[in-house]
Amino acid sequence: MRKAAEWATTAAFALAVYLLLVLWTGPIGLWSSSELIAGVVLSVLAGLLGGRLLWERGGWRMLQPHRWVLFFFYLIGPFFLAMARANLDVAWRIITGRIRPGIVRFNPGLRTDLGRTVLANSITLTPGTLTVDVDDDTGDFYVHWINVKDKEPRPEDVCGSFPTWARRIAE
Amino acid sequence: MNVLIYIFLAIGAVFNGLGAVALIRFPDVYTRIHGATKCTTFGSIFSILAVVIYGFARGGGEGGTLAVHALLALVFLLLTNPTGSHALARGAHQAGIKPFQAVVDRLEDKR
Amino acid sequence: MIVELSFGVAAAVMLAFMCVSVLRLAIGPTAADRAVALDTINTLVVTTMVLLGVAFGQVVLVDVAIVYALLSFIATLYIARYLAGGLE
Repeated sequence: MRKAAEWATTAAFALAVYLLLVLWTGPIGLWSSSELIAGVVLSVLAGLLGGRLLWERGGWRMLQPHRWVLFFFYLIGPFFLAMARANLDVAWRIITGRIRPGIVRFNPGLRTDLGRTVLANSITLTPGTLTVDVDDDTGDFYVHWINVKDKEPRPEDVCGSFPTWARRIAE
Repeated sequence: MNVLIYIFLAIGAVFNGLGAVALIRFPDVYTRIHGATKCTTFGSIFSILAVVIYGFARGGGEGGTLAVHALLALVFLLLTNPTGSHALARGAHQAGIKPFQAVVDRLEDKR
Repeated sequence: MIVELSFGVAAAVMLAFMCVSVLRLAIGPTAADRAVALDTINTLVVTTMVLLGVAFGQVVLVDVAIVYALLSFIATLYIARYLAGGLE
């Protein structure tokens, strides 16, 4: 039952995206029957192929709208500030060439795939850090740090308030 | 409005250039991914924002279409760029490339 | 008129940065270095296409940029899988 619901939701998403794309091309073919049939067939295929991957480990949380509002405020607020700071930092290191790299491990304690994705992409785009690997079972993050201050860091040392935000958005 | 467009274009060009220079100047794969990903993403944000401002300032059907499509391109770029660089870093580490002058390498300890 | 010209100049500057990245693509000691250079060039190409869309007054170039961004992302993922030894 749950599996069928997951597949149906994915197919509905795919159909919505397809109809929007057709709408984009202009008023030519949105309500013609051939476009609708092609859209339904492609959506069912996408649902069967991608349904299982999308909803593993807490994917249903994506359907709650307040998370998207939070995500938007996170993007234009703390995330953009950290990104600007990161770029000035990297510019400074490009000019002076002063680096002390290493790969460190920490565990922010996130359980859902969505939270891990948000945190990993945030880490990649912000000061001096780059996600190399994420352990699927334990949730350990392996992060390449361009300026290692501590060989056994806590999550706050590496990425500031991002784990809190990821938990707020996705868990 | 034109001044804002010029400023945004200049910032975008500077950061994209820093990304290209980082590619030449840094010593190993991981630090190059650092510089290239961060700087080109940030520079592209500002370059495309200049296009969006231009589209809204011009107005009308064509200007609005330009602005919305450019925003969509920006969203795709923001989604795909960190993911692709993460995949490259993971692939490089599994191919056995060691970080240059690494102080510590926990991922190597795990294997 | 002069505003469109400034977009064209910015696109030309991006072309210069692409040439710098091609240098790393040529001399890069390992395959991963070359893949990173290619990824950077892809991002720069997307930006250049959007800028040229304004410079030439053709919205269709922006659509091409969107498709190019998605396709280059998939190409990057395939190269990464190849580096990790996932493809025979």
